[in-house]
Amino acid sequence: MQARLVAKDIVCRRGDRLLFRGVSCALGPGEALHVAGANGIGKSSLIRILAGLLRPFAGDVARSGGVGLLDERPALDPQASLQAALGFWAALDGTRPMALTDHADALGLYDLFDVPVRYLSTGQTKRAALARLMGQQVPIWLLDEPLNGLDPPGVALVEDLVARHLVGGGIAIIASHQRFAVSAATLTLAEFAA
Amino acid sequence: MIGVLLRRDLAVLLPGGRRGGSLLPLLFFLAVAMLYPFAGGPEPELLARTGGGVIWVAALLAAILPLERLVSADLEAGVFDQLHLRGVSEEWAMASRLLAHWLAFAPLLLLAALPAAALLNLPSETLRALLLGLLAGTPGLAAIGLAIAALTASLRGAAALSGLMVIPLAVPILIFGAGSLARPDGAGLALTAAISLGLCALAPFAAGAAIRAAREG
Repeated sequence: MQARLVAKDIVCRRGDRLLFRGVSCALGPGEALHVAGANGIGKSSLIRILAGLLRPFAGDVARSGGVGLLDERPALDPQASLQAALGFWAALDGTRPMALTDHADALGLYDLFDVPVRYLSTGQTKRAALARLMGQQVPIWLLDEPLNGLDPPGVALVEDLVARHLVGGGIAIIASHQRFAVSAATLTLAEFAA
Repeated sequence: MIGVLLRRDLAVLLPGGRRGGSLLPLLFFLAVAMLYPFAGGPEPELLARTGGGVIWVAALLAAILPLERLVSADLEAGVFDQLHLRGVSEEWAMASRLLAHWLAFAPLLLLAALPAAALLNLPSETLRALLLGLLAGTPGLAAIGLAIAALTASLRGAAALSGLMVIPLAVPILIFGAGSLARPDGAGLALTAAISLGLCALAPFAAGAAIRAAREG
Protein backbone atom coordinates (compact mmCIF):
# COMPACT_ATOMS: atom_id res chain seq x y z
CA MET A 1 0.00 0.00 0.00
CA GLN A 2 1.35 3.39 -0.97
CA ALA A 3 1.28 6.09 1.64
CA ARG A 4 -0.93 9.05 0.83
CA LEU A 5 -2.24 12.08 2.62
CA VAL A 6 -4.85 14.25 0.94
CA ALA A 7 -6.61 17.20 2.53
CA LYS A 8 -9.30 19.17 0.73
CA ASP A 9 -10.59 22.64 1.62
CA ILE A 10 -9.89 22.41 5.33
CA VAL A 11 -11.55 25.07 7.44
CA CYS A 12 -10.45 25.34 11.04
CA ARG A 13 -12.42 27.02 13.79
CA ARG A 14 -11.20 27.30 17.36
CA GLY A 15 -13.86 28.65 19.69
CA ASP A 16 -15.54 31.56 17.92
CA ARG A 17 -12.52 32.30 15.74
CA LEU A 18 -12.02 31.08 12.19
CA LEU A 19 -8.28 30.38 11.96
CA PHE A 20 -7.90 29.50 8.29
CA ARG A 21 -9.99 28.30 5.36
CA GLY A 22 -9.49 26.54 2.07
CA VAL A 23 -6.27 24.69 2.94
CA SER A 24 -5.64 21.76 0.59
CA CYS A 25 -2.67 19.51 0.07
CA ALA A 26 -1.90 16.15 -1.50
CA LEU A 27 1.23 14.21 -0.67
CA GLY A 28 2.51 10.91 -1.96
CA PRO A 29 5.55 8.78 -1.11
CA GLY A 30 8.75 10.77 -0.69
CA GLU A 31 7.01 14.13 -0.57
CA ALA A 32 7.24 16.68 2.21
CA LEU A 33 5.38 19.84 3.07
CA HIS A 34 6.66 22.67 5.22
CA VAL A 35 3.81 24.53 6.92
CA ALA A 36 5.09 28.01 7.70
CA GLY A 37 3.49 30.84 9.57
CA ALA A 38 3.65 33.04 12.64
CA ASN A 39 2.70 31.91 16.16
CA GLY A 40 -1.01 31.40 16.68
CA ILE A 41 -1.90 31.19 13.02
CA GLY A 42 -3.05 27.57 13.34
CA LYS A 43 -0.07 25.40 12.42
CA SER A 44 -0.61 23.05 15.34
CA SER A 45 -4.35 22.89 14.68
CA LEU A 46 -3.68 21.96 11.05
CA ILE A 47 -1.29 19.21 12.16
CA ARG A 48 -3.87 17.86 14.59
CA ILE A 49 -6.57 17.96 11.91
CA LEU A 50 -4.31 16.06 9.50
CA ALA A 51 -3.59 13.53 12.27
CA GLY A 52 -7.32 13.01 12.77
CA LEU A 53 -7.20 14.24 16.37
CA LEU A 54 -9.24 17.35 15.67
CA ARG A 55 -12.33 17.52 13.49
CA PRO A 56 -12.09 20.23 10.85
CA PHE A 57 -14.99 22.70 10.79
CA ALA A 58 -15.33 21.82 7.09
CA GLY A 59 -13.34 19.81 4.57
CA ASP A 60 -11.99 16.27 4.36
CA VAL A 61 -8.78 14.51 5.19
CA ALA A 62 -7.96 11.14 3.65
CA ARG A 63 -4.99 9.11 4.87
CA SER A 64 -3.62 5.80 3.75
CA GLY A 65 -0.84 4.53 5.94
CA GLY A 66 -0.14 4.92 9.64
CA VAL A 67 0.37 8.33 11.18
CA GLY A 68 3.06 9.35 13.63
CA LEU A 69 2.82 12.62 15.51
CA LEU A 70 5.62 14.56 17.16
CA ASP A 71 4.53 17.63 19.06
CA GLU A 72 5.56 19.50 22.18
CA ARG A 73 4.23 16.73 24.42
CA PRO A 74 6.57 13.73 24.51
CA ALA A 75 3.97 11.28 25.94
CA LEU A 76 6.69 9.63 28.04
CA ASP A 77 6.12 8.84 31.72
CA PRO A 78 8.10 11.49 33.60
CA GLN A 79 8.86 9.20 36.55
CA ALA A 80 9.95 6.21 34.46
CA SER A 81 13.43 5.62 33.16
CA LEU A 82 13.89 6.54 29.52
CA GLN A 83 14.24 2.88 28.63
CA ALA A 84 10.96 1.94 30.35
CA ALA A 85 9.11 4.93 28.90
CA LEU A 86 10.26 4.18 25.35
CA GLY A 87 9.81 0.48 26.01
CA PHE A 88 6.08 0.94 26.57
CA TRP A 89 5.61 2.48 23.12
CA ALA A 90 8.00 -0.06 21.58
CA ALA A 91 5.90 -2.89 23.02
CA LEU A 92 2.74 -1.27 21.66
CA ASP A 93 4.27 -0.66 18.22
CA GLY A 94 5.97 -4.04 18.05
CA THR A 95 9.40 -2.45 17.74
CA ARG A 96 12.21 -4.95 18.18
CA PRO A 97 14.44 -4.16 21.20
CA MET A 98 17.43 -4.04 18.86
CA ALA A 99 15.75 -1.40 16.72
CA LEU A 100 14.91 0.65 19.80
CA THR A 101 18.55 0.56 20.88
CA ASP A 102 19.66 1.52 17.38
CA HIS A 103 17.29 4.49 17.28
CA ALA A 104 18.37 5.65 20.72
CA ASP A 105 22.00 5.30 19.67
CA ALA A 106 21.43 7.31 16.50
CA LEU A 107 19.81 10.06 18.57
CA GLY A 108 22.56 10.10 21.20
CA LEU A 109 20.26 8.78 23.93
CA TYR A 110 21.84 5.44 24.70
CA ASP A 111 23.76 6.74 27.75
CA LEU A 112 20.54 8.18 29.16
CA PHE A 113 18.56 4.93 29.17
CA ASP A 114 18.59 4.66 32.98
CA VAL A 115 17.76 8.33 33.61
CA PRO A 116 14.15 9.17 34.59
CA VAL A 117 12.44 11.15 31.85
CA ARG A 118 11.77 14.10 34.16
CA TYR A 119 15.54 14.72 34.49
CA LEU A 120 16.04 15.04 30.73
CA SER A 121 16.59 18.48 29.23
CA THR A 122 14.21 19.98 26.68
CA GLY A 123 16.40 18.89 23.80
CA GLN A 124 16.93 15.41 25.19
CA THR A 125 13.18 14.99 25.68
CA LYS A 126 12.66 16.03 22.07
CA ARG A 127 15.20 13.44 20.95
CA ALA A 128 13.43 10.83 23.07
CA ALA A 129 10.13 11.69 21.38
CA LEU A 130 11.88 11.27 18.03
CA ALA A 131 13.03 7.81 19.08
CA ARG A 132 9.38 7.00 19.87
CA LEU A 133 8.36 8.24 16.42
CA MET A 134 11.07 6.21 14.66
CA GLY A 135 10.05 3.06 16.52
CA GLN A 136 6.49 3.51 15.33
CA GLN A 137 7.56 2.69 11.74
CA VAL A 138 4.74 4.54 9.99
CA PRO A 139 4.93 6.27 6.60
CA ILE A 140 3.24 9.57 7.53
CA TRP A 141 5.20 11.82 9.88
CA LEU A 142 3.47 14.88 11.26
CA LEU A 143 6.03 17.06 13.00
CA ASP A 144 4.87 20.05 15.00
CA GLU A 145 7.83 22.35 15.69
CA PRO A 146 10.33 19.47 15.62
CA LEU A 147 13.33 21.78 16.03
CA ASN A 148 12.23 23.48 19.24
CA GLY A 149 14.78 23.07 22.01
CA LEU A 150 17.35 21.29 19.85
CA ASP A 151 20.99 22.35 19.54
CA PRO A 152 22.54 22.74 16.05
CA PRO A 153 23.75 19.10 15.89
CA GLY A 154 20.24 18.06 16.96
CA VAL A 155 18.69 20.16 14.20
CA ALA A 156 21.01 18.57 11.64
CA LEU A 157 20.08 15.15 13.01
CA VAL A 158 16.34 15.78 12.62
CA GLU A 159 16.81 17.12 9.10
CA ASP A 160 18.83 14.04 8.24
CA LEU A 161 16.20 11.73 9.76
CA VAL A 162 13.41 13.38 7.80
CA ALA A 163 15.43 13.28 4.57
CA ARG A 164 16.05 9.55 5.05
CA HIS A 165 12.39 8.97 5.91
CA LEU A 166 11.45 10.62 2.59
CA VAL A 167 13.97 8.57 0.64
CA GLY A 168 12.39 5.48 2.16
CA GLY A 169 9.03 6.42 0.65
CA GLY A 170 7.63 8.25 3.65
CA ILE A 171 5.63 11.45 3.89
CA ALA A 172 6.53 14.32 6.18
CA ILE A 173 4.64 17.44 7.11
CA ILE A 174 6.67 19.87 9.15
CA ALA A 175 5.00 22.75 10.90
CA SER A 176 7.69 25.17 11.94
CA HIS A 177 8.42 28.86 11.99
CA GLN A 178 12.08 27.97 11.50
CA ARG A 179 13.92 27.15 8.31
CA PHE A 180 13.96 23.44 7.61
CA ALA A 181 16.69 22.22 5.28
CA VAL A 182 14.79 19.44 3.56
CA SER A 183 13.50 19.92 0.04
CA ALA A 184 9.82 20.44 0.61
CA ALA A 185 6.94 22.37 -0.81
CA THR A 186 5.99 25.29 1.43
CA LEU A 187 2.50 26.08 2.55
CA THR A 188 2.31 29.59 3.97
CA LEU A 189 -0.66 29.49 6.29
CA ALA A 190 -1.01 33.27 6.36
CA GLU A 191 -2.37 33.15 2.79
CA PHE A 192 -5.35 31.16 4.03
CA ALA A 193 -6.10 33.20 7.14
CA ALA A 194 -9.79 33.90 7.46
CA MET B 1 -2.14 -4.71 23.17
CA ILE B 2 -4.43 -4.50 26.21
CA GLY B 3 -1.80 -6.40 28.21
CA VAL B 4 0.82 -3.76 27.41
CA LEU B 5 -1.57 -0.99 28.42
CA LEU B 6 -2.52 -2.73 31.66
CA ARG B 7 1.10 -3.38 32.59
CA ARG B 8 1.92 0.30 32.21
CA ASP B 9 -1.20 1.46 34.07
CA LEU B 10 -0.41 -0.87 36.95
CA ALA B 11 3.22 0.26 37.07
CA VAL B 12 2.00 3.84 37.31
CA LEU B 13 -0.85 3.33 39.79
CA LEU B 14 0.24 0.59 42.19
CA PRO B 15 1.57 1.74 45.57
CA GLY B 16 5.31 1.94 45.43
CA GLY B 17 5.01 2.44 41.69
CA ARG B 18 6.81 5.11 39.75
CA ARG B 19 4.47 7.95 40.60
CA GLY B 20 4.14 6.69 44.16
CA GLY B 21 2.01 8.29 46.82
CA SER B 22 -0.83 5.87 46.42
CA LEU B 23 -0.39 4.44 49.92
CA LEU B 24 -1.79 7.71 51.25
CA PRO B 25 -5.48 6.82 50.65
CA LEU B 26 -4.91 3.68 52.71
CA LEU B 27 -3.36 5.58 55.62
CA PHE B 28 -6.20 8.07 55.38
CA PHE B 29 -8.68 5.19 55.57
CA LEU B 30 -6.99 3.77 58.68
CA ALA B 31 -6.77 7.22 60.26
CA VAL B 32 -10.54 7.67 59.99
CA ALA B 33 -11.15 4.30 61.65
CA MET B 34 -8.68 5.27 64.37
CA LEU B 35 -10.21 8.71 64.99
CA TYR B 36 -13.83 7.61 65.20
CA PRO B 37 -13.65 6.09 68.75
CA PHE B 38 -12.05 9.33 69.95
CA ALA B 39 -14.88 11.41 68.53
CA GLY B 40 -17.82 9.05 69.03
CA GLY B 41 -16.90 7.53 72.36
CA PRO B 42 -15.34 4.16 73.16
CA GLU B 43 -18.49 2.16 74.13
CA PRO B 44 -18.02 -1.29 72.54
CA GLU B 45 -21.74 -1.72 71.63
CA LEU B 46 -21.88 1.68 69.91
CA LEU B 47 -18.71 0.95 67.94
CA ALA B 48 -19.87 -2.52 66.97
CA ARG B 49 -23.20 -1.11 65.74
CA THR B 50 -21.92 1.95 63.83
CA GLY B 51 -18.33 0.94 63.02
CA GLY B 52 -19.20 -0.82 59.76
CA GLY B 53 -20.85 2.32 58.41
CA VAL B 54 -17.84 4.42 59.40
CA ILE B 55 -15.56 2.07 57.49
CA TRP B 56 -17.79 2.38 54.44
CA VAL B 57 -17.65 6.18 54.57
CA ALA B 58 -13.89 6.06 55.05
CA ALA B 59 -13.55 3.71 52.07
CA LEU B 60 -15.61 6.04 49.89
CA LEU B 61 -13.52 9.06 50.85
CA ALA B 62 -10.29 7.11 50.40
CA ALA B 63 -11.41 6.17 46.89
CA ILE B 64 -11.59 9.87 46.01
CA LEU B 65 -7.98 10.66 46.92
CA PRO B 66 -6.19 8.99 43.96
CA LEU B 67 -8.47 10.59 41.35
CA GLU B 68 -6.48 13.77 40.83
CA ARG B 69 -3.70 12.25 38.74
CA LEU B 70 -5.64 9.25 37.45
CA VAL B 71 -6.27 10.71 33.98
CA SER B 72 -5.06 14.30 33.84
CA ALA B 73 -1.31 13.57 33.79
CA ASP B 74 -1.64 11.37 30.70
CA LEU B 75 -3.98 13.84 29.04
CA GLU B 76 -1.42 16.63 29.50
CA ALA B 77 1.42 14.43 28.27
CA GLY B 78 -0.47 13.57 25.07
CA VAL B 79 -0.53 9.84 25.83
CA PHE B 80 -4.14 9.43 24.71
CA ASP B 81 -3.38 11.22 21.41
CA GLN B 82 -0.52 8.83 20.73
CA LEU B 83 -2.71 5.84 21.61
CA HIS B 84 -5.44 7.14 19.31
CA LEU B 85 -2.97 7.35 16.42
CA ARG B 86 -2.06 3.71 17.05
CA GLY B 87 -5.68 2.67 16.81
CA VAL B 88 -6.19 2.19 20.56
CA SER B 89 -9.58 3.69 21.29
CA GLU B 90 -10.14 5.86 24.34
CA GLU B 91 -12.60 3.24 25.60
CA TRP B 92 -9.93 0.53 25.68
CA ALA B 93 -7.48 2.86 27.37
CA MET B 94 -10.09 3.68 30.00
CA ALA B 95 -11.11 0.05 30.52
CA SER B 96 -7.50 -0.82 31.23
CA ARG B 97 -7.17 2.19 33.51
CA LEU B 98 -10.34 1.15 35.39
CA LEU B 99 -8.98 -2.32 36.07
CA ALA B 100 -5.59 -0.96 37.12
CA HIS B 101 -7.19 1.68 39.36
CA TRP B 102 -9.31 -0.94 41.12
CA LEU B 103 -6.38 -3.32 41.54
CA ALA B 104 -4.27 -0.49 42.93
CA PHE B 105 -6.63 0.51 45.72
CA ALA B 106 -9.26 -2.16 46.45
CA PRO B 107 -7.21 -5.21 47.53
CA LEU B 108 -5.15 -3.08 49.90
CA LEU B 109 -8.30 -1.43 51.20
CA LEU B 110 -9.81 -4.84 51.97
CA LEU B 111 -6.63 -5.75 53.78
CA ALA B 112 -6.66 -2.50 55.75
CA ALA B 113 -10.30 -3.13 56.68
CA LEU B 114 -9.05 -5.91 58.99
CA PRO B 115 -7.08 -3.66 61.37
CA ALA B 116 -9.78 -1.01 61.00
CA ALA B 117 -12.41 -3.53 62.08
CA ALA B 118 -10.24 -4.51 65.03
CA LEU B 119 -9.91 -0.84 66.04
CA LEU B 120 -13.71 -0.53 65.99
CA ASN B 121 -14.31 -3.86 67.72
CA LEU B 122 -16.55 -5.21 64.94
CA PRO B 123 -18.01 -8.71 65.51
CA SER B 124 -16.84 -11.32 63.03
CA GLU B 125 -20.17 -11.64 61.15
CA THR B 126 -20.22 -7.87 60.60
CA LEU B 127 -16.62 -8.02 59.39
CA ARG B 128 -17.57 -10.73 56.92
CA ALA B 129 -20.49 -8.69 55.57
CA LEU B 130 -18.25 -5.63 55.44
CA LEU B 131 -15.51 -7.34 53.43
CA LEU B 132 -17.98 -8.88 50.98
CA GLY B 133 -19.75 -5.53 50.65
CA LEU B 134 -16.49 -3.68 49.97
CA LEU B 135 -15.49 -6.33 47.46
CA ALA B 136 -18.80 -5.81 45.66
CA GLY B 137 -18.86 -2.04 46.01
CA THR B 138 -15.28 -0.92 45.29
CA PRO B 139 -15.45 -1.69 41.53
CA GLY B 140 -18.40 0.69 41.34
CA LEU B 141 -16.53 3.34 43.31
CA ALA B 142 -13.55 2.92 40.97
CA ALA B 143 -15.83 3.25 37.92
CA ILE B 144 -17.47 6.45 39.20
CA GLY B 145 -14.07 7.83 40.12
CA LEU B 146 -12.60 7.10 36.70
CA ALA B 147 -15.51 8.70 34.82
CA ILE B 148 -15.33 11.82 36.99
CA ALA B 149 -11.54 11.98 36.74
CA ALA B 150 -11.78 11.88 32.94
CA LEU B 151 -14.55 14.51 32.90
CA THR B 152 -12.56 16.92 35.04
CA ALA B 153 -9.09 16.06 33.66
CA SER B 154 -8.72 19.20 31.58
CA LEU B 155 -9.99 21.56 34.30
CA ARG B 156 -7.85 23.56 36.65
CA GLY B 157 -8.27 22.71 40.34
CA ALA B 158 -10.17 19.57 39.46
CA ALA B 159 -9.25 17.68 42.65
CA ALA B 160 -11.85 19.24 44.93
CA LEU B 161 -14.46 19.32 42.19
CA SER B 162 -14.07 15.64 41.33
CA GLY B 163 -14.44 14.77 45.01
CA LEU B 164 -17.67 16.71 45.21
CA MET B 165 -19.00 15.08 42.06
CA VAL B 166 -18.18 11.53 43.16
CA ILE B 167 -19.99 11.75 46.49
CA PRO B 168 -23.62 12.04 45.26
CA LEU B 169 -23.05 9.38 42.59
CA ALA B 170 -21.65 7.00 45.18
CA VAL B 171 -24.67 7.27 47.46
CA PRO B 172 -26.51 4.20 46.04
CA ILE B 173 -23.45 2.00 46.58
CA LEU B 174 -23.13 3.35 50.11
CA ILE B 175 -26.82 2.77 50.90
CA PHE B 176 -26.90 -0.83 49.72
CA GLY B 177 -23.35 -1.68 50.72
CA ALA B 178 -23.54 -0.30 54.26
CA GLY B 179 -27.17 -1.43 54.44
CA SER B 180 -26.11 -5.03 53.88
CA LEU B 181 -24.36 -4.88 57.28
CA ALA B 182 -27.73 -4.80 59.04
CA ARG B 183 -29.47 -7.34 56.79
CA PRO B 184 -27.97 -10.80 56.88
CA ASP B 185 -29.96 -12.07 53.83
CA GLY B 186 -27.51 -10.87 51.18
CA ALA B 187 -30.01 -8.74 49.25
CA GLY B 188 -28.04 -5.57 49.87
CA LEU B 189 -24.90 -7.30 48.76
CA ALA B 190 -26.51 -8.44 45.52
CA LEU B 191 -27.76 -4.93 44.78
CA THR B 192 -24.33 -3.43 45.50
CA ALA B 193 -22.73 -5.89 43.12
CA ALA B 194 -25.38 -5.15 40.48
CA ILE B 195 -24.78 -1.40 40.69
CA SER B 196 -21.04 -1.97 40.50
CA LEU B 197 -21.34 -4.15 37.42
CA GLY B 198 -23.54 -1.59 35.68
CA LEU B 199 -21.14 1.23 36.50
CA CYS B 200 -18.09 -0.76 35.37
CA ALA B 201 -19.79 -1.44 32.05
CA LEU B 202 -20.65 2.22 31.50
CA ALA B 203 -17.57 3.96 32.89
CA PRO B 204 -15.10 3.25 30.03
CA PHE B 205 -17.55 4.72 27.52
CA ALA B 206 -18.31 7.79 29.60
CA ALA B 207 -14.62 8.36 30.36
CA GLY B 208 -13.61 7.74 26.72
CA ALA B 209 -16.16 10.28 25.48
CA ALA B 210 -14.87 12.76 28.06
CA ILE B 211 -11.32 12.39 26.77
CA ARG B 212 -12.40 12.91 23.18
CA ALA B 213 -14.35 16.00 24.25
CA ALA B 214 -11.28 17.35 26.08
CA ARG B 215 -9.26 16.89 22.88
CA GLU B 216 -11.69 18.98 20.84
CA GLY B 217 -11.91 21.69 23.49
